[in-house]
Amino acid sequence: MRMEILSSVHAKNLVAWAADKPSVVVLSADLTGSTEIAEFKGAYPDRFFSMGIAEQNMISFAAGLAREGYIPLVHTFAVFIYRQALNQIVSSVAYSNLPVKFFGFLPGITTPGGATHQAIEDVAVMRAIPNITIFEPGDATEVETILDPVLRTPGPVYVRMLRGEVPRIFPVEEPFATGRFRVLSEGDDLVLVTSGICTEEALRATPALLAAGLSIRHLHISTHKPLDDPALVGALKRSRYGVITMENHSVVGGLGSEIAELIADNGIGARLCRIGIRDTFAHGGSRAYLMREYGLDAAALVTVVESFVGRKFGIMDADLGRVRIEPVHSLARAEAL
Amino acid sequence: MTRRPQARSLRTSGQCMYALSRRKEAEVSSKAQELGDSSTGSWVAIVEQAAKGIRRRVLEHSLRNDGGYLSQACSSAEILSTLYIKTMHLGPSVAPVIPAPFRSVPGSRNSSSPPATGAGYNGTRSPAYDRFFLSPAHYALVLYAALIETGRMSEDALAQFNQDGSVVEMIGAEHSPGFEAMGGALAQTLSLAAGVAWARKRFGDTGRVFVFLSDGEFQEGQTWEAIQAMKFFGIDNLIAYVDVNGQQCDGEMKDVMSIEPVDERIRAFGATATVVDGHDPKALDAAVGDGLPGMPHFVLCRTDPCRGVEILERRRPKLHYLRFASTAEKEEYVRFSLCLQDSARRSGKGA
Repeated sequence: MRMEILSSVHAKNLVAWAADKPSVVVLSADLTGSTEIAEFKGAYPDRFFSMGIAEQNMISFAAGLAREGYIPLVHTFAVFIYRQALNQIVSSVAYSNLPVKFFGFLPGITTPGGATHQAIEDVAVMRAIPNITIFEPGDATEVETILDPVLRTPGPVYVRMLRGEVPRIFPVEEPFATGRFRVLSEGDDLVLVTSGICTEEALRATPALLAAGLSIRHLHISTHKPLDDPALVGALKRSRYGVITMENHSVVGGLGSEIAELIADNGIGARLCRIGIRDTFAHGGSRAYLMREYGLDAAALVTVVESFVGRKFGIMDADLGRVRIEPVHSLARAEAL
Repeated sequence: MTRRPQARSLRTSGQCMYALSRRKEAEVSSKAQELGDSSTGSWVAIVEQAAKGIRRRVLEHSLRNDGGYLSQACSSAEILSTLYIKTMHLGPSVAPVIPAPFRSVPGSRNSSSPPATGAGYNGTRSPAYDRFFLSPAHYALVLYAALIETGRMSEDALAQFNQDGSVVEMIGAEHSPGFEAMGGALAQTLSLAAGVAWARKRFGDTGRVFVFLSDGEFQEGQTWEAIQAMKFFGIDNLIAYVDVNGQQCDGEMKDVMSIEPVDERIRAFGATATVVDGHDPKALDAAVGDGLPGMPHFVLCRTDPCRGVEILERRRPKLHYLRFASTAEKEEYVRFSLCLQDSARRSGKGA
């Protein structure tokens, strides 16, 4: 599978998108280049706030701006949003249902920065807060079409954002749609539900599994909350072996838990296997290494599918799609973090 | 100056609820009228009278509820009275004199009606009017008493205090009378008000942003983050009045976690600070003008948490929340309360 790779998608898109939106302001906590808002700062300096390394103040300050009619887009690494300033998210923003939009970068193991930088429980934490909508784009098309849905959604939105080099998986003419899942393949043997970068990773394995004779209904989820697409329950119901979820997040509280809740709430008697970070912290390393190490890669998916259906397919590494090596020190991203 | 974006619409707690007797409305509005005329007369006497009323009401209420945040009323009564009666430029209340019952919390799932706010008690929003944010939300009863004493709410509203289904809550939320934001988690309101002040400055509003803080909030890192940011952005339309009563939940601040010298620390962070006697209305009001361009201004009000209810002295060092240790102790407070009532009646005000 050959995919077009785009770089700095959000950086370019944000500048063009914000041109005719004077109420949109951007807040940065000393990670302007690292969260792709340097171009916005250059284009609209009077709508850019340098808040320094002070996330709690940044988020309450954003709430004040939102009360006066501005739409603050808060940008920093995901961990520094929900770990550093959870009470500010809850009491200053979420309770009052203010339109503060959080862009949390470096989801899961997408950073070599280790446990302090890897947001492995952000969806779990944010999902438990009332009023917050949670998006997670999975490719360049979703990254570049997510801003209109973010703006249209009333109240706070948390976006588990991707940066740097991002593949285009979904057609340009099929933009991000709030609350809608995508069907990437149809089949009745098993249902595979993926989100974020795990969708790209799963697509490395599914051609080989399909070639081995398995039929897979592969769904991509990009709205974690609310997860209320009525078609989803129907899609989870019909499968021979059950449901597998795959996420770049802890298996506690993220996509796997969301699907487990849907299955239980709707009395669907399906077996569920959750692929994700297994309730452990990770450490610093390359994305490919960490995905292999923590069982989030295509090979891990094949192993889980084999045990699920009770059959070995003899799929070798060579049968899987090529691993896309994302350079840590690329032109798109000058710093390591 | 830029064009003001469409601010979200708000409804005041319970317009169209609670049919009120015309008499009650007239009573409250005549009180407001009387205070409105006070600028020409001796406003200090009026502030002092209101402060006495605040202490008396909070004491009576603490007796009725078998406990309450009484020391906060003792320390801050003159601060709130001075702000409401003299210092702040607020429009008349646009909220019902008796708050409507709780309806819902803000949220997208009940967004058919705009979220409830207690800000209507501080008047309507206008570029020329000041805005008021009370940060330590456990001062709620003191604020409610201040609203009553300044003709913005009926004294009957206190019957709803801490009652199920009421917005006159013990720890005020943004739907509670006089509140515009959620202050219950300390230290967030200063940052939030800074965002509001930045926006108002950008719009060219002449109205200022007033924040009431407790000294305990200076133990929180976020307070210092906020001062640092306000200096950085040149926010000089925000004035914070701090009740420096030296008390916190565990006892005296000097024993729990000292913040002194708080005035020098604030100045070092890039703000102006004036230290005043927090029970002196003239000094409290005069200090509002001590700020300088390009930085926020703090008025540090040194106060006595037992002021006006001197029997509280016996409870030192634990003054944060009054919980009667015995029937005998409660009786003492009842007697004290009766004395205050009697003196209020004799002065012919606020009975």
